[in-house]
Formats: sequence, structure tokens, C-alpha cells
Amino acid sequence: MRRTCTNCLYDMMEYDERIVYIGSDLTKRELHKFRESYPDRYFMEGVYEQHLVGMAAGLALSGKIPYFNTIATFITRRCYEQILVDLCMHDLPVRLIGNGGGVVYAPLGGTHLAIEDMAILRVAPKMTIVAPCDAEEMKRVMAASVDWPHPLYIRLAKGGDEVVSRPELPFEIGKAVPLRDGGDVLFITTGITTQRALQAAELLAQDGVETSVLHSHTVKPLDAEEILKRVESVRVILTVEEHRVTGGLGGAVAELLAESGLLSDKRFRRIGFPDIFTEELGSQDLIMEKYGMSPETLAVAAAELLNQPS
Amino acid sequence: MDERSRALRLKLVRILEQCRRGHIGAALSLIEITRVLFDEILRYDPANPLWEDRDRFVLSKGHGCLALYLMLADKGFFPEEELFTACSFGSRLGGHPEYGLPGVEAATGALGHGLSIGIGMALAAQIDRKPYRVFVAVGDGESQEGSIWEAAMSAGKHRLDNLTVLVDRNHMQCYGPTEEIQDLEPLADKWTSFGFEVRECDGHDVDVLRTELSSVPFRPGKPGVLICHTLKGMGFSSTVNNPDWHHKSHISDEDISQMVRDLESM
Repeated sequence: MRRTCTNCLYDMMEYDERIVYIGSDLTKRELHKFRESYPDRYFMEGVYEQHLVGMAAGLALSGKIPYFNTIATFITRRCYEQILVDLCMHDLPVRLIGNGGGVVYAPLGGTHLAIEDMAILRVAPKMTIVAPCDAEEMKRVMAASVDWPHPLYIRLAKGGDEVVSRPELPFEIGKAVPLRDGGDVLFITTGITTQRALQAAELLAQDGVETSVLHSHTVKPLDAEEILKRVESVRVILTVEEHRVTGGLGGAVAELLAESGLLSDKRFRRIGFPDIFTEELGSQDLIMEKYGMSPETLAVAAAELLNQPS
Repeated sequence: MDERSRALRLKLVRILEQCRRGHIGAALSLIEITRVLFDEILRYDPANPLWEDRDRFVLSKGHGCLALYLMLADKGFFPEEELFTACSFGSRLGGHPEYGLPGVEAATGALGHGLSIGIGMALAAQIDRKPYRVFVAVGDGESQEGSIWEAAMSAGKHRLDNLTVLVDRNHMQCYGPTEEIQDLEPLADKWTSFGFEVRECDGHDVDVLRTELSSVPFRPGKPGVLICHTLKGMGFSSTVNNPDWHHKSHISDEDISQMVRDLESM
């Protein structure tokens, strides 16, 4: 997903001279070609993220479309005031690309986990948050990002994720994508939890439980219309995110549903990390399983809710 | 102090008479700097404030905004009457500059942001091979923010000779003297070591300011910094070097009368 994102940007820079690439001390890999092709618009800069968000704002105030790429924790937490004031208050078309959204960097420890990034950005007016589920969807995010008129956060997953997005379906920032229809259970997912929910739906189907999966690649602005439409016909709703359950997708859906009046005869649960600093190292898969985000645990959670009296 | 500097200060008093609050000291140390910039240095068009080739002035120490508003109104970026609405409900003139007011290049007030924004603007000029220059005014208290030095490092790296930083070196911050709170010296050496060509001058001497600012870039291939030695609250007996006037609300009738008397006796 990360390589796709970088390659898309490389291609886009060829035909759109407004695009400027800013990186903060990233691994060289496929980036060397940028310097050769676009020496004036490629900036590999130091480890001073606050400054780089401000610099991106200055470039955008001068007609450029900057894409600023670094590790998700540092691009969101450390520069929060610059994001809020320099980008959002000015409503500038700066794109923040966060590597390792979620627990991708789990082996590196708690300082490197980005599991509140969407929450802190969601309360910034004008900010848009997109978490694509696979490399194919990343291509569509990148294509749509160029002319998106607001600040945009693109949350990158680990990469090599199974492709489940469907090219025949339309893609639009802010529009959730139904990937599976039917039944009494609805998973609302974002990023790579979509694959897991689709697998959980297969498991549930083996037990005769039909399940819908609504992939909300855009967490802000939330596609309230599509969510409410899908919620109406189900009994059980679960949000799933590689993020704390406070403030992100689950929080946003909870706020929406609480005010919708639709919840009285339904069961709702947010699945994600609780309000703690997780301490586990190890693989992304193991940690997600522990916190209930494996296909099996998702299926169990759905079945549990389904069997509770409403 | 010449007639124009006195007249600008009198207008500032008339604004205070209406809004009764503001970062007075921080604006008064800046008045000659903004005056010379807008009178004689910057290229701009008040009828077309977003003219692509304009010089950019970013007031990173946004709390000094009364000094900026005075010059923007003076040049016709907005009607002069609007000055007297400052800080009131529905006004475009906040206690810190808001983006959207003609002539304001960026909303500032959270300290340590403006230099990075100015660097982005200067880089854009470099990319587009445009001749415009970028001037950024920072406070000395503001220079305690780490982000100022992040930005300084970056400006040096990019050899931005279209960028000039003006340090309002008034030696005074909210609580008291910068020397007591967090000393900045050797300030010139700091900027030099970050790759800047450094000049220093009396920030209230309009002739010297004009001479220095007419000679930018101070050195081709390097960003410049002009450390302007100023007095916080310059011009009034009550405000000069008085941290109580860094920000003041509830400015009284007597405060106003005293300020007018000070100007008349000069």
C-alpha cells in the first residue's frame, strides 16, 4: 500500500506541477527517483515535523499541493497545533500521509503505535480522514486526493493486504462502500479491518448468519446517509477499527446512532483498542486478535450480540 | 520620534479607546518596523491583495497585530473605520490576525508558526522562479519556541535568500525581562550558526531600518535576519518596558488620557 501510494504520487507529479513532495527522513527505497525527476519539488527534510507542517502550509498558501509523508504517530501527535492552526484554520489542500496507521509498528513499542490518530484529527474542523483497505483502493484515494479542497489525512496500513476493494464500484472520498449485503448483522469497518470483517462474515455464513459489511474508508466526513440506510434493516451493528474505540470510527458512528433514534431495538458495539496504552509487542495480527479483531473473534462478537434479547 | 510615528501611535490609542484591550507593548515595539516595510519596502497591491507576485509579510508574533492593522488600513486593504471595531463581535480584526482579512498572509498567534509558513512561501517562489520576497517578524520571547529553530535550520539548508526574518528584540515578555525568564543571548551568534546573514539595528530608527531593508538579500545564497533592537511599549510613559502592558484589558479613561498627554508632550 505504501509503495503504491508513493508510485501514484510519482506519476501524479509528472502531470501536475502543483504537487510538491515533502518527506521527513524516510527510508530511501523508491524515493530516490523523485529527486532525479523532480529536483525542484521533492524535499527530503530533517526530523522536524512541526516545521514541515508549517512549511507545507506556506507552500499551499502559494498555490502548491504538498504531500507530506512520515510516520503516522509523528505526523499527527507531534504537530497537532500546526495541523489545527496552519492547515485546518486556513483550510489548505495539504495531504498528510501517515505510515504505519494502527499497530503496524507493534514490535517497535508504544511510542510508535498510531491508535488515536483518527480521534485527534477528527475534532479538527475541515480535516478529512481516509483509511484505505488495500493497494487498489489506495490508487483511487490518491487520484481523488489531488483536487480535494481541504486538508486530508491518508492513513497507510502495513501493506501486502489482501485486495478486497472492487474496481467496478464507484469511489468517492466521503462515500462508504457496501462490500457485502444482507442479514441482521452489519459490520462498519475502515482500513484493513474490512478484510477481517469480510472473513468474519464468511464464518457467520457457515452458521447460517447473513452479514453486511460497509467499508467506511472515509472516517471524516462520515457517510451518515449510507450508514443510517444500512442500519435501519439490521439488528446488530459492530464498528471495527485498528484504533482506540474512543473518538475514531466507532465514536463517530456511536454519536450518529445515538442521535438517530434508530438504536432502541438494536445492539451496537465498538470493536477496537480500549482506552489504555497497549503493552504487547509482537505482530500486528496477534495484537489485533487479542483485542477482538481477528475474523473469529469478530464472528463471535456478532453472534453474541445477535443472541442477546433486544 | 517623527510626526508619522506619533500619528500612528495616536491612532493606536484611538483604537484602544474603543476596544480597551490588546497586546499593546508588543505592537508598540513593532510600529517603525511595519511602517517602513509597508511605506517603502514591500511590493503589494491593496486592490488585489492576493496578487501572485506580491512580497509576503508574515507577522509570526501575531499578538503585535495592532501594528499590522494600522498599516493595512493606512494602505487601503480595508476601510479605516474598521480599525475601531477591533476585538468586537462580528469584527474581522481579532486580538491576533485572522486569515481572510485582506493583507493578512496567515493566521498567527500560536507562537513559533510563522517562520515555517514563510519558508514554505519562499520555497514556492524558488520553485516558480518568482521574484517576490518574504519577510517574517518574530518576537524575542517567541524565539524560545523550538519550532523557530527547526525553521531556522531549514531556511539555512535551503539557502533562502528571498527570506528575511525581523526579530523584534524588545527584551521583554509577558512575565518580565527575557534575560530573567529564558535568556536568548548570544542571539546573533545563534542565527549565524543556523546559516543566516545577520544584521542588527535600532528598530525605531526609520532611516536605518530603510537602509537595511533596502539591501536585502544581505548576502546572496543565504537567508537574512535583522535583529531590531526595540523598546516594548515604545512611545508612552506608562507602557514602555512595562510587562503589565504586554497584554492589558480594562484600559481606563485615565490610561487613554495619559497616553494622549505623552504624545502631545513629545
